[in-house]
Amino acid sequence: MNTNRTNKFKLDWITILLFLMLVGFGWLNILSASMSGEITSYFDMSQRYGKQLFFIVLTLGIIILTLSIEAKFYERFASIIYVVSILSLIGLFFFGKTINGATSWYDIGGFTLQPSEFAKFATALAVAKFISDLQTDIKNLKDQLKTVLIILVPAILIVLQNDAGSTIVYAAFFFVFYREGIPHTYLLFGLAIIAIAILSLKFSVLITSLIVTALILGYYFSQRKKNKSLLQSVFLVSICVVFSFGVQFFYNNILQTHQQNRISLWLHLENDPAKLEQMKRTILYNLNESEKAISSGSVTGKGFLQGTRTIGKFVPEQDTDYIFSTVGEEWGFLGSTAVVITFILLLIRILYLAELQKSQFSRVYGYSVASILFLHFMINIGMVMGLIPTVGIPLPFFSYGGSSLFGFTLLLFIFIKLDSNRINEW
Amino acid sequence: MRKLLLFSIIILIGITFIARLFYLQVYSNNDYDINDDNAIRKVFHYPKRGYVYDRNGTLLVANQPSYDVMIIPREVKPLDTLEFCDLLKISKEDFIKKYNKSYNYSPRLPNVFLSHVSKEDYAFLSEKMRKYEGFYIQKRSLRDYQTSIGANVLGFIMEAGEATIEENPYYKIGDLIGIQGIERSYEKELRGVKGVKYIQKNRFNRDIGSFDNGKYDTAPIAGKDISITIDAELQEYGELLMQNKIGGIVAIEPSTGEILSLISAPSYNPNLLVGRERSKNYTILNNDSIHLPLIDKGLLRMHEPGSPFKSLIALTALQEGVIDINSTIRCTGAYNYGGKRPMRCHCGAGTRNLNSAISKSCNSYFASTYRKIIDKYDDASQGMNEWSDHIKSFGLGNYLNNDLSVGKKGNIPDGAYYDRMYPDFRWRATTNISNSIGQGEVLVTPIQLANMTATIANRGFYYTPHIIKNIKEDTISGKYKTKHQTTIDKQHFDPVIQGLFDVYNKPGGTANFLKIPGIEICGKTGTAENFTKIDGNRTQLTDHSIFIAFAPKDNPKIALAVLVENGYFGARFAGRIASLMIEKYLKGSISRKDLEVWVMDHTLEHEYAKPTSGKPFTINEKSQLMLVKDYEAEQNLEQN
Repeated sequence: MNTNRTNKFKLDWITILLFLMLVGFGWLNILSASMSGEITSYFDMSQRYGKQLFFIVLTLGIIILTLSIEAKFYERFASIIYVVSILSLIGLFFFGKTINGATSWYDIGGFTLQPSEFAKFATALAVAKFISDLQTDIKNLKDQLKTVLIILVPAILIVLQNDAGSTIVYAAFFFVFYREGIPHTYLLFGLAIIAIAILSLKFSVLITSLIVTALILGYYFSQRKKNKSLLQSVFLVSICVVFSFGVQFFYNNILQTHQQNRISLWLHLENDPAKLEQMKRTILYNLNESEKAISSGSVTGKGFLQGTRTIGKFVPEQDTDYIFSTVGEEWGFLGSTAVVITFILLLIRILYLAELQKSQFSRVYGYSVASILFLHFMINIGMVMGLIPTVGIPLPFFSYGGSSLFGFTLLLFIFIKLDSNRINEW
Repeated sequence: MRKLLLFSIIILIGITFIARLFYLQVYSNNDYDINDDNAIRKVFHYPKRGYVYDRNGTLLVANQPSYDVMIIPREVKPLDTLEFCDLLKISKEDFIKKYNKSYNYSPRLPNVFLSHVSKEDYAFLSEKMRKYEGFYIQKRSLRDYQTSIGANVLGFIMEAGEATIEENPYYKIGDLIGIQGIERSYEKELRGVKGVKYIQKNRFNRDIGSFDNGKYDTAPIAGKDISITIDAELQEYGELLMQNKIGGIVAIEPSTGEILSLISAPSYNPNLLVGRERSKNYTILNNDSIHLPLIDKGLLRMHEPGSPFKSLIALTALQEGVIDINSTIRCTGAYNYGGKRPMRCHCGAGTRNLNSAISKSCNSYFASTYRKIIDKYDDASQGMNEWSDHIKSFGLGNYLNNDLSVGKKGNIPDGAYYDRMYPDFRWRATTNISNSIGQGEVLVTPIQLANMTATIANRGFYYTPHIIKNIKEDTISGKYKTKHQTTIDKQHFDPVIQGLFDVYNKPGGTANFLKIPGIEICGKTGTAENFTKIDGNRTQLTDHSIFIAFAPKDNPKIALAVLVENGYFGARFAGRIASLMIEKYLKGSISRKDLEVWVMDHTLEHEYAKPTSGKPFTINEKSQLMLVKDYEAEQNLEQN
């Protein structure tokens, strides 16, 4: 369709432009959120904004490297990259450094590296490689289980390192599988799981069971088939009830207190006002401050470096997970909306490009990139604005941190490379 | 289909986020105001409150520093209570009580732990205070009265109440505001404008420096010094004369309307309402229901004017042309107008013309003159209105609308007033004949009476009585420079003034014995009946003693009205005091020591005690005069 694209290196400059906008604007907000006192140099390595600028420069190197490698390399070496990534996660159990309770970092000469950030693109490559394999049939249960296993290995390793937030991101692959043809039932199944979980927590196992029974029986009697299987319905109900109990058990016995509290607040489970007050003052503190900062920005914001709540460092973690509150305070509704729209454009652009791919590998990988970025975007901004429970994951390209910046850049630019190569089919 | 799932969810989430942003930042949010931002601490700098001087440049009110020990209960760390209490000179029980009180008020907000630490203690404390977290010393500025007089004039300041704060956003909790007197009238000039500094806080509530390099900070503007029209010496002398009496003196400079003295008795030392004992003293003053020291009698006591009012009847009659200076009547010691009882007259009976009627205060003459005024018109109501308009042109019957923080309207009835009073009855001049002698429905305040006197002294005009002399680097309101002309022509004043002059100077004049050598005083005695309720019964008390006077007769320098409650006839207390005040002001010294001694030696406290004594009592001529020393002896006897 586009004759220009016959060239060997035809990069999608729209995606790159959106990427640069996000990284650039992100850095301005990191500067604002992390500065204290006078700025002596933007490269002041004792300050986070200085470090981040250094990371951004490094990123440019990574981009050049990523783009100069043969596109085929990524497909061919997907498995190896995946294995290396898994090994690096396992290595954390022996050499890892613990920060904020999560053992997710390697300490290399003062700089910390977070392998879970790199595991994302590695997993995406592996998934793409596996699904695009001619031998693989995604409609086949055995292959479905294998695909899930590819995701489950890093996800479990990460959860064991006490970084539950990063694990949730792996749910993004559901969108990829769905696109590649798993049955619709899975979508229904997924929705049912979420519904039952919420019902069980919000009300009780009994009420959940009653609702499930009513629905399934209703479905059973509305069927016109002759050989209706009552047994199947009873079996389904039983599974739901067991699952409902499981959710209760999981919530009460497996989740840690702070995780319970986050969910409890989100679903308004706590009724004792004194206890609720106590929870709000402690767990909700970040969210409270973040919402206050955002709303104080009004329509146009207080201006760059003028956010009083940002200057006063009222919002904890403001240069990492809560970076969006700086945008809200200093750039107001206009700036925040612009950021949201930029993200949306980037995501849609990636989806669009993914659909254009001729090779399944590139398409699956592109879809994975969009899904992973989307989940981060949704969870992070949703959390900062109080729409979903607190989950500590970074906002791609925005949040302070070398590993996440490198990880997301690799994730995105491998796709840009694959895309640039799509006419030069093998 | 499958392609659309993620795409739709992305769009949906995007819309949700923008909607949420709209809700947070636009819908549920007012425009950003730095003053409401709790990330910014507002530190106020209070300017010096303006000083107050009297008309001769004597400093009356200055400022003094005061030191309060402040507490932020939440920040208090465990401390050596014993040592701390020793330092503050309080007991441990006090400490616990104060701490709990503060904590209950607010654990977060700073509030006063111990107020008014002396300067000496402050020097010592300020070094040690750093050791005790959660406590600090705050300097405040209090009034420092350089005088013990004029409490009612000067007024006082105190912390602004909740209602004020809500009404006027300038005031914040703990700000001081003028409550009475000039502190209230000239609050804006005196207080200046406080400055504000915006300090950036961090989330631990600590200051981390000036916000935006102090771009929004403002410097305080100092309060302006003011001079008031009061003559401190005269004021002090008046308060001295009014000791052991209840009442008021208002003296005005007729040529300007400046209030020379505004005395309310009994008074109190303004310093009582400053410092640590303030609230205790305030309660004592506020609870004295007999003397009501916080009520300005000169401004707020409404009473019948009594005989001084006859001067206005004479002026109105002359203006209306119903009498001339030669008109006479025969007084028989009573005036029979067809009422149940004739109106009695104490002038001694005989033929009265305008002059002798005023000097001897003949009731019959003014009753008949009043009738002539009203009856000049076919309709009594119209006559009453004409009369009322003349009287009101002397500033009676309405607020003076001046710079004193309180006042009363008084009452000058008109036709409609009596139509309301007697809806089913054709009333006539004889119905309200008491108005002719300053009784009945006529009510005035001492300052209105003084202003009326000044108007007569000026031969027909007045300037609104006011208390502001000048404001440093500012001008005073133009309304005090506006002449108010009465409805009476100038030529009618001279015969009336001659009558008032003869009150002092003719044998048989009611104030003949009050003459001051070398000063031509014009005056008029007055007596006002008054009643109270005892156990629900209307009971008459000894008459109020009233006197108006001005001097000199030509180019008058001072006009005044004196009200001494329950002092009996006008010349007895009020007249003596008026003469002494005039001599004091015009000469600076007193030649009539006899009058002064008499006034100072006599008390009326026994009169004031009567209504609440629960015993039967006598009034007026049947009541005994009492010397201060006798009264005190009696009090001592009772106490023992």
